[in-house]
Amino acid sequence: MGKLEGKVAFITGAARSQGRSHAIRLAQEGADIIAVDLCGPVDTIEMYPPSTEADLAETVKQVEALDRRIVATKADVRDSAALRKAVDDGVAELGRLDIVLGNAGVFEIAPALDITDDAWQNMIDVNLTGVWNTCKVALPHLIAGGRGGSIVLTSSTAGLKGTPNTVHYTATKHGVVGIMRTLANEFGQHSIRVNTVHPTGVDTVMIQNPKTWGLFAPDDPNPSREKSAPIFQTTNTLPVPWIEAIDISNAIAFLVSDDARYITGATLPVDAGYTVK
Amino acid sequence: MGKLDGKVAFITGAARGQGRSHALRLAQEGADIIAVDICAQIDTVAYPMATSEDLAQTVKEVEALDRRIVAKEADVRDYDAMKAAVDSAVAELGPIDIILANAGIAPQGAENPDEVKTFRDVVEVNLFGVWNTVQAGVPSMIAKGQGGSIVLTSSTQGLSGAGGNGSGAGDGYAASKHAVVGLMRTFTNWLAQYSIRVNTVHPTGVNTPMVVNDVMQKFLTENPDATAMLGNLLPVPMLEAIDISNAIAWLVSDDARYVTGVTLPVDAGFLAK
Repeated sequence: MGKLEGKVAFITGAARSQGRSHAIRLAQEGADIIAVDLCGPVDTIEMYPPSTEADLAETVKQVEALDRRIVATKADVRDSAALRKAVDDGVAELGRLDIVLGNAGVFEIAPALDITDDAWQNMIDVNLTGVWNTCKVALPHLIAGGRGGSIVLTSSTAGLKGTPNTVHYTATKHGVVGIMRTLANEFGQHSIRVNTVHPTGVDTVMIQNPKTWGLFAPDDPNPSREKSAPIFQTTNTLPVPWIEAIDISNAIAFLVSDDARYITGATLPVDAGYTVK
Repeated sequence: MGKLDGKVAFITGAARGQGRSHALRLAQEGADIIAVDICAQIDTVAYPMATSEDLAQTVKEVEALDRRIVAKEADVRDYDAMKAAVDSAVAELGPIDIILANAGIAPQGAENPDEVKTFRDVVEVNLFGVWNTVQAGVPSMIAKGQGGSIVLTSSTQGLSGAGGNGSGAGDGYAASKHAVVGLMRTFTNWLAQYSIRVNTVHPTGVNTPMVVNDVMQKFLTENPDATAMLGNLLPVPMLEAIDISNAIAWLVSDDARYVTGVTLPVDAGFLAK
């Protein structure tokens, strides 16, 4: 008997990496899934390959293998109409909505003064406006259900601390905390809980790419996962270079369960001690 | 198959309230328990503190779950007593994997209190007691060499001064609960090299004898401003001890293996207000 039997979770960025891991972890606890992903590139995000329709299909396959239902839609979190249709269709098919994970996000590295207007805007549009759109289209379903609900927004250690070469990303991840705090206040009366998680580097393509490795080893002409690991590790307090997607999923599985029924408005680092250093 | 099978958890203030609830919750996940409580009155505390019978009840309930428990009556303010309690318990149960520094007092509302003595007693129990607990318990954890998890019980008053009224009890409570966060942060940096994680939990009002007693209820009735200490965002006046235990059960499990240095509110949104 899972802790989320009979519940339905709406997850953005669900095609791969953390989003897929969340979908599988919540499905293991009994939840059905409404999965959304862009499945395509975002302009000015160039340092790692975009997710694909094949990735989203794999998420569907893995959730169905757990004998849970999943409604997957290719949609852009920047397009609130498309996002609303995705969640409305998902709720129509699966019957209800209980959990919302604002997980979709992009990452890019650049010295602050080299960031173009377009690069700034695209980052804001996906990571901040996209998270707001996710909440905006989902909240009416949570309220209408009358059973409360749980929203977890994926911020970052960069949502709590400044990090060089990521001013656009860092601004959006701080902004997500503002969304969380406001919605926690505004919708607490409906027993809707809202929290953020703040991962350190997670072992996904978003950090495992030559440009990110190079940031950690600027003098190395051929940076690699192996060579960057010891430098990544210096950012954390615990002796690990990065953590796994399942670690974020486990934190979220706790936050959205009844075990955390009175946790709201919390910024939860899952960061191997990055922010306490 | 529990998430804490084979682990040993050292819990202070374990005779009743949150401490007993933590002991039972962790035992349900398979942990054996070292339970410490003062089981005596501190004279600046007007509400009745835990008794030997309370601690015996915790022992009975843990044993009913088929887990082992070693219970000791000891005062967290007394480092030597804590060390002796830990050493004899470890000899019986094996080295410590989990430390819950839970013991605390909240003597708000006493009649004609000795403010100076009250302030000192609160800080000695709620701050010195936490330091003594961790310093007495952690050598066993380090020696075992398999990491570990420490949770210090702070409070919403560890991150907020809401309801402050200049009393020795209130000042001592807020100051000591804030100071526990400082201990957590410095312990986190010290102990990470051993893969030992350290976090705080920050409950709002919990339905236990420390809050739900005649002295505190009279105090809250007569001092409406002080109820600012208990105003939540979610429509719930007070949490149950199990809510804190569930948060701790997650924090000390491998599901939170990379969570350290965190101030985790379990407060129905009190701090987000």
